Amino acid sequence: MKARQKRLLAVLLTLAGVGIATAIILKAFGANLLYYTTPTELVTETKTADYVPKKYHLGGMVKEGAVVRKDNSLDVKFVLTDYTSEIPVEFDGILPDLFREGQGIIAIGVMQADGTLKAEKVLAKHDENYMPPNLPTEKPSDNLNKPKGSY
Amino acid sequence: MQEFFSMGGYAFYVWSSFGFSIAGLIYLYLASKSSFKKKFNEVSIWQIRENKRVDK
Amino acid sequence: MKKWFHQWVSPPHLYERADRYAKVFLFLAIASILVALYGGLVLAPADYQQGDAFRIIYVHVPSAWLSMFAYAFMAGASFVALVWRFSAAHAVATVIAPIGAVFTLLCLLTGSLWGKPMWGTWWEWDARMTSELVLLLIYLGYIALRLSFEEQAKADKAAAIFALIGVVNLPIIHYSVYWWNTLHQGATVSKIGKPSITWDMGWPLLLMTIGFMLFFGAITLMATRGELLSRERRTKWVKELVDINRGVN
Repeated sequence: MKARQKRLLAVLLTLAGVGIATAIILKAFGANLLYYTTPTELVTETKTADYVPKKYHLGGMVKEGAVVRKDNSLDVKFVLTDYTSEIPVEFDGILPDLFREGQGIIAIGVMQADGTLKAEKVLAKHDENYMPPNLPTEKPSDNLNKPKGSY
Repeated sequence: MQEFFSMGGYAFYVWSSFGFSIAGLIYLYLASKSSFKKKFNEVSIWQIRENKRVDK
Repeated sequence: MKKWFHQWVSPPHLYERADRYAKVFLFLAIASILVALYGGLVLAPADYQQGDAFRIIYVHVPSAWLSMFAYAFMAGASFVALVWRFSAAHAVATVIAPIGAVFTLLCLLTGSLWGKPMWGTWWEWDARMTSELVLLLIYLGYIALRLSFEEQAKADKAAAIFALIGVVNLPIIHYSVYWWNTLHQGATVSKIGKPSITWDMGWPLLLMTIGFMLFFGAITLMATRGELLSRERRTKWVKELVDINRGVN
């Protein structure tokens, strides 16, 4: 084996090793990299025996027709859904510009005893589609309602 | 014109993004240019010293 | 082919050619960027959802692409330099690191300026943003690692190995939005099949990205020339070159 081939082999083996190690680490700790929980996951979790109310990043779509605003205040109540489960959310802050019915939203806050999420922060998630407003649009799809692996 | 600069109310975000980006590109250009000049001068000075050292 | 390649990577040849190519690249880059700016800011219609804020895409996506492209290029040069011992490739990798870091910083900055009005936050620790921040740290680590060695050969070897290990971050950045739930949306342009953007909004993005890549090529070549001179200061070609420029002949 020539010296150059040896170096090539050494470099490739190192790369393969690092790649495999990284893959294993990501596989093991991947759950911690999830930025949000879906309503279904959250409902399942609230039903487990050792469940204690804590802070969640809840991601879902704003259910159509379920947004209730209080007059003269920022208080707003809405429901986040993934079309399987629903979680009611309360918030009294400034909503992002993209907040609307049918929009993907991430609400960050603590679950209350009554099953409502009291949000400290509400973030909007938009999809990767860009188009002018006057195009005949199919209903805008959002990452949140696409099943995983459909890409 | 007014409408163009207001960017539908997002003027601050749009113009600062473009501003930072253009500034970044100009910085990269100037930095690359001056790094070449600096290296060239360094090598020239080094060369003069070397020549003197060899002459002695 | 092999002969052609060897000729290209020989330092004096690269030094001489780099100047000419840099000028051509720079001219084309400026032309594309100016046209793309006009296209993106004036001609392209506002987005149906995001209005004019979506225009940030014209600087955010090209910087993001360049931050990764530059890294891939740097790692590729490091690979060639390690295996085939081309000294010029070490020089190229050296000068790319700070350039790539600037593009990464631009990507994070413009992303933040886009995230605030649209998502409602300057920064969140989601997988896409975190992995892009890690890319910046890798670039900075690479620069710091180089500075920590006195001897050129040792610095080159250590830095090249470090650059190659850092490559694992590239697929993580790209696929983060598919592997994990993230706040950041999926890819618009690089998606296989139909891109999720209409042509009148898409062409300035494409042209801007091409402009950024040409610009990257131009400044990388410019900086590589200086790096080559400095590394090859003991060689005959540099000596002659410096003498000619000083008028000593």
